Formats: sequence, structure tokens, C-alpha cells
Amino acid sequence: MDAPVLALVVAGLIMLAVNAYVVLGGADFGAGVWDLLARGPRAAAQREAIAEGIGPIWEANHVWLIFVVVLLFSCFPPVFAHLSVVLHIPLTVMLIGIVLRGSAFTFRAYDSTDSVVQRQWGRIFAVSSTITPVLLGMCVGALVSGALAVPAEASFVARFITPWWSAFTLTIGGLGLAVFAFLAAVYLTVEVQDAGLAEDFRAMALSAALAVGLFAALGLWFGRDTLTATTRALLTNPAAIALQCVTGVAAVTAIGALLTRRYRLARTAAVVQVSGIVWGWGLAQFPALVPGVHTIASAAAPTVTLRLVLIGVAGGMVVLVPSLWYLFRIFKAEPARAFERVDTAEHRLPE
Amino acid sequence: MSDLLAARAQMAMSLGFHIIFAVLGIGMPLLMVLSERQWVKTRDPVWLDLTKRWSKGTAILFAVGAVSGTVLSFELGLLWPAFMEYAGAIIGMPFSLEGFAFFTEAIFLGIYLYGWQRLSARAHWWAGVAVAVSGTISGIFVVFANAWMNSPTGFRVVDGKAVDIDPIAAMLNPAAFTQSLHMTLAAFASTGIAVAGIHAWMLRRDTSSPFHRAALKVALMIAVPASLLQVISGDLSGKFIARWQPVKLAAIEGHFETTRGAPLLLGGVPDEAAGVTRHAIAVPKMLSVLAFGDPDSEVRGLNDFPREEWPPLAVVRFAFQIMVGLGGLMALASLWVIVCWVRKREVALQRPLLTFLALLTPAGFIAVEAGWVVTEVGRQPWIIQGFMRTADAVTPMPGLVIPFTIFTVLYCFLGVIVAWLLWAQIVRVRPA
Repeated sequence: MDAPVLALVVAGLIMLAVNAYVVLGGADFGAGVWDLLARGPRAAAQREAIAEGIGPIWEANHVWLIFVVVLLFSCFPPVFAHLSVVLHIPLTVMLIGIVLRGSAFTFRAYDSTDSVVQRQWGRIFAVSSTITPVLLGMCVGALVSGALAVPAEASFVARFITPWWSAFTLTIGGLGLAVFAFLAAVYLTVEVQDAGLAEDFRAMALSAALAVGLFAALGLWFGRDTLTATTRALLTNPAAIALQCVTGVAAVTAIGALLTRRYRLARTAAVVQVSGIVWGWGLAQFPALVPGVHTIASAAAPTVTLRLVLIGVAGGMVVLVPSLWYLFRIFKAEPARAFERVDTAEHRLPE
Repeated sequence: MSDLLAARAQMAMSLGFHIIFAVLGIGMPLLMVLSERQWVKTRDPVWLDLTKRWSKGTAILFAVGAVSGTVLSFELGLLWPAFMEYAGAIIGMPFSLEGFAFFTEAIFLGIYLYGWQRLSARAHWWAGVAVAVSGTISGIFVVFANAWMNSPTGFRVVDGKAVDIDPIAAMLNPAAFTQSLHMTLAAFASTGIAVAGIHAWMLRRDTSSPFHRAALKVALMIAVPASLLQVISGDLSGKFIARWQPVKLAAIEGHFETTRGAPLLLGGVPDEAAGVTRHAIAVPKMLSVLAFGDPDSEVRGLNDFPREEWPPLAVVRFAFQIMVGLGGLMALASLWVIVCWVRKREVALQRPLLTFLALLTPAGFIAVEAGWVVTEVGRQPWIIQGFMRTADAVTPMPGLVIPFTIFTVLYCFLGVIVAWLLWAQIVRVRPA
């Protein structure tokens, strides 16, 4: 492959990793939001279902983010450097959220059985699960709107705050949160056995879907000036229109399936819909990586690096794909098998 | 505090915090699978109890290690964007491979922790093995990247830009082998000694506990060979820096004048202004022997290098002595254990040895921290030895003392909680 194609392939891989992070890790964040909002007679059962759904897979789901970071700094180093400088503040806050969320989730699982202590960890987990996606969305909003093209000699506020602090970026932050919450609720409708709980998560999913629609509309309104002419032109080319149609059909299908309680269909449609949104973002700024500053071609690392990273990724996938398949098969496909129970009551440590 | 100092402090604090979890994340899974193997073989519930406790500890440590590692991957850019812009394409390779190893570790840890009832005993044990192997590999790849900062290879510089990049040569840089060997052994030695120390302490109070005897036995199985091999690995590292980072060696040894048959200075205080190390005991020709294996070889002194290329001498030398001192004590304890093994005396009954091991509980971690100070501070003022200065790599973002303070408070909080959880949920719980 020659250089431009290689760079394009790697950029595509990064988008795939972002997509995986959003539909897998995003749902973990969303589940934290529902933990925060758990209400009614089944609130405790809702929280338990959430913890069970996240438990075995959450560590793996969050490695996708590290993947995005590593691919970005190996293959497009100037982009990583630029984003790290102008988005220093929101990225730092996001990291604090990630740290608190990940540790609180585990502490809750292993701390005392005292429900008050558990609740406190649960609260930290839930609040940081809510804040982190908003910041992630704000960073994406800042990127796509072209606001990150700031000169080095700009004032502190103009360089380090204004780019990511606007009505548009806040709206995209809200959109990120709504999308994650939507995914989580839809997944949970499939995962719970109890019909009453499924109803609860169905209601949550529908309200989140409404929020997604609202934030998307608001985003278009606030973005009417910020989104440049090229962006709009790109969004009206045939590929983009096709993508928007797929996203739209998936959104309608997801809501229809939720209304008629066909949860497995709703889950598939929700994944397609959210992936459509992710790739729509990619297409909206293509071929720029940082609109106004770097494009895929201008920021790409030397061909030898791109080629080796691709070979490394292909080799890594040989290990990763079967492992992931095994993980999801064990925890998401079949109920617990009746293997000899090794941790019988007398051996069990106090949980 | 200047922004550069705040950035360095934040990076040091983040690394210093993460390295403890990384070390335990490499060592604990090995203990866990060795213990589970005993459970599968003997069906003695003591081993199951032990396996469950260690896996619980691993889960807590892994979670904090994973998030603090995520923070570091971002901090590379948040604090050192110019470094990443320069080096990303050169050292991205080990980081990418590390990503896969870490991913595999996270997947199989999930399977291991939550899969007790969903897997056969054999499959469950192999999941644990996958965690231990991928965790170790992941650590090795990260150290490869760090080693490149000490011995940068695989590129040429033309007009301040890196060209002719060879990522494989960069990954397999000269320091990669010695440094990753030293770090991996350190992980096993520190974890083994710490776990052995805790149970040795418990055994001093209750010699008959089959639980603590079992734990001590497995912990020593990894602590003893790792601590002894570390002596050889340390010698290799010393010979390596003698060749590749002579300033670092001179700083470590408080060695100012280039001499043939250089003496090894024990203790003492380097006086930067006067250019001498005062109050030290000199062992004739020993430094030449250690550095080059030849008593008459020439060892370059600090005075051969411009003063602005000296690292902070006192810090580096002090840290080095702590590392070597504690490593020596760990090796000594290991020899003592071997003597017991050879004489067929049970370690659990040797009270003085138990006391010694108990006192050494934190030794490995302190040595690891001190070792990283030697590596990182010893490379200053460079971020990439000989190519980029740390001061030229720092972000233009002002007010870096704020994130430094926030992360310090956050990590102190997490550190206390983790220590409390390990104590309250694992150590304090009475054996079944």
C-alpha cells in the first residue's frame, strides 16, 4: 500500500476503535447514569442488574480508549500533540472522572457489605460516569466544529478555554451522555430476566432516545454557524446521505422495537444507529483530523511506522478477537453452567 | 513552582503511583495461578482460600492500575506534547503491542474473576495463566519504550526532524533487554517479598496456621529466585550505562575525575561545587571492575561533561544507594531461605528469618521507586538522551501546579483506600 492509502486505513482503524469504545465502553458509562437515576420500588434491583451487566467486561471495554490514544500518537503524532495542548483542561477533568469511576466501581464490589459504604462508592461511580461522557462529547464537539485551530500566540482564554466551551460543545456533551445512556438501557432490557426490570429499562431507553433526538436537533441549531461550508457540503454528498439514511432507519427501528418489546432487535438497531452517528462525525470532518490544522495526509507518520503498526494490529487481532469472543460468549450468551461449584458456602470469603 | 517542575512532579508522581500497581499486577497473578494449581492438585481448601484472596487483591489492584495507566497514556501528551510529536512515530510500536497485551490481560482477568462457576477448573486455571503472561509481556513492552529514551536508536536527525525511522530498531534499542529484565525481576521480587513479609509477620504470632504457611511457601517460590537473579541483572544494567550513559554512571557513583582503575565509593555526599564526593569509603579499582569487568579500565568522570548536562547528583546517588542496599538485603534474605531449604528446616519455624522477612515487606517497592528515580532523574536534563531536553518537551499550558495538586490529592486518597481495602477485606479476614 502506498502512503496515502495506509494513512487512510489507519485513520479508519482509529474510527473503528472509537466506535467500539462508544458502543461498549459508552454503555458502561450509561449504566452508571442509570445507577444514579435508579428510582421506584425496583431501584435496588436495577442497580444490581447494572453491576452484573458491567462486572466481567468493563475492564476490557475501556481498553479501547487506550487503543485510540496509542494509535493516534503512533500514527498521527502532531494530532495527538495538538489535541493534548488545546484540550488540556477538559481531558484532565475527563481523566479524573475515569479514575474515580473505575476505582469506585471496583471498591464498591469489594468493600464491606455495609450498605451505606456501598452507596457512597455507588454515588461516586454514578456521578463520575455522568460527568466523563459529557467532557468526551465536548472534546468531540470542539474538534468537529473547527474551533481547535487556534494560533500559539492567542491569549490563555482564547487558546485553552474558548475552543471547548460553547453552546455547541455543551450540546454535543449532552448528546454523548444521552447516547451512552440510551445504549446502556437498551442493552439492559436484553440482559435482565425479570419482566418488571425489563419494563423499567425500556422506559429509560425510550426517554434517553428522546434526549438523543433533542440534543441532536439542538446541536444542529447551535452548529449552524460553526459547522463550516465544507462540512455541510460533505454532509450532502451521496455517501453521507446514505449514512444518514441508515442512521435514521436504525433510530426508527430501535424505537419501534422498544415500543413493541422486541429487545434483541432494539439492541442491534441501537448499535447501528450509534455507530452511524460516530461515522457521521468522522465523515463530517473528513479528511481533516483537526479541522483547519491537520489532515490525515499531512499529519501521518512515516510509511514504515504506519505499515508496522498495521502489521502489529493484524497480529494482535489474532489474539484479541478470539479472546473477546470467548469473554462475551461466557458472560453475555449463556446462563451460568452447572460446573462443580468450587466456592461453596464454607469456602466463600465474605463478599 | 515553575511549570516545568510541576510537569515533572506530576509525571513522577503518576509514574510512582502507577508502578506499584504495575509491579503487583505482574506479580500477583503468578502467585494466584501457583496457588490455584495447588488447589486443583490437592483439593486442600487452604489453597482455594488463598487463591480467592489473592485474586480479590489482584482485582482491586488491577482496577486502580488500569485507570492510573490510562492517565499516564494521556499525560504523555498533556505534559510532554513536543516529546510525543517527535517520538510518537518512532516508539509507537511497543506501545501498540503493549495495548494488545494489556487488552488480553483485562479480558482474561474478567473471565478469571467472574468465571469460577462458568468454566471448568482447567479452563479457569488457564485463564489465570493468560492474565499472568499477558501482564508480564505488557510490562516488558512499556519498558522497551522507556529504554528508548535512555538509548535512542532507529532514526537520524536532519534539520531537527527525525528521519529514516526504523521502529523495530527503536523498539529493540540497546537498553531494552537490560532494562526490561531488571524491571520484570523487580516485579516478581517485590511482590514475592511483600507477600512473604506479610505472612511471615502473621506466622510470628501463629506458627501453626496452615494458611499462612501455604502463602509464605508460594511467595518465597517467586521471591527467592527473582531477588537473586536481580543481582546479576543489576550488574548487567550497570555495565550497560557505563557504555551508553556515562554521565548517569558517574552521577550514581559520585565519580568526578576520569581515572583508570577507578575506586568504588561507598556512602558519602557528592559536593557538586567542589567536584568531590566527601566522607566516602573507597574500594580500590572496584568501579572499573563493576563497570567494564577490568580493574584497569578507564571510567569517565563528571568533569568530562559540561555541567549543564549533569543530572541532580545527590538525588541520583542517594536513590541508587537505597535501591542497591534494599536489593542486597532482599538477596540476603533469599540466601537465608535457601540455606533453610537445603538443610530441610521449615522456614515458617525460623523466627529470626520471619522477622527479617517481615521487616523487608515494603523493601521491594521502595527499591523500585528508587530505581525509577535513578533511571529518570539520572537522564536529566534530557527527555530523549542526547536529542531532546525535558525543558523543550513541556506543554505551553500554564498553571500546571493545579493538575499536579489535584492528581496528588486524588492518588493519596486512592492509595489510602486501596491499602485499607487490602487490609480489611483480605489480610484481616480470618482463614476459613
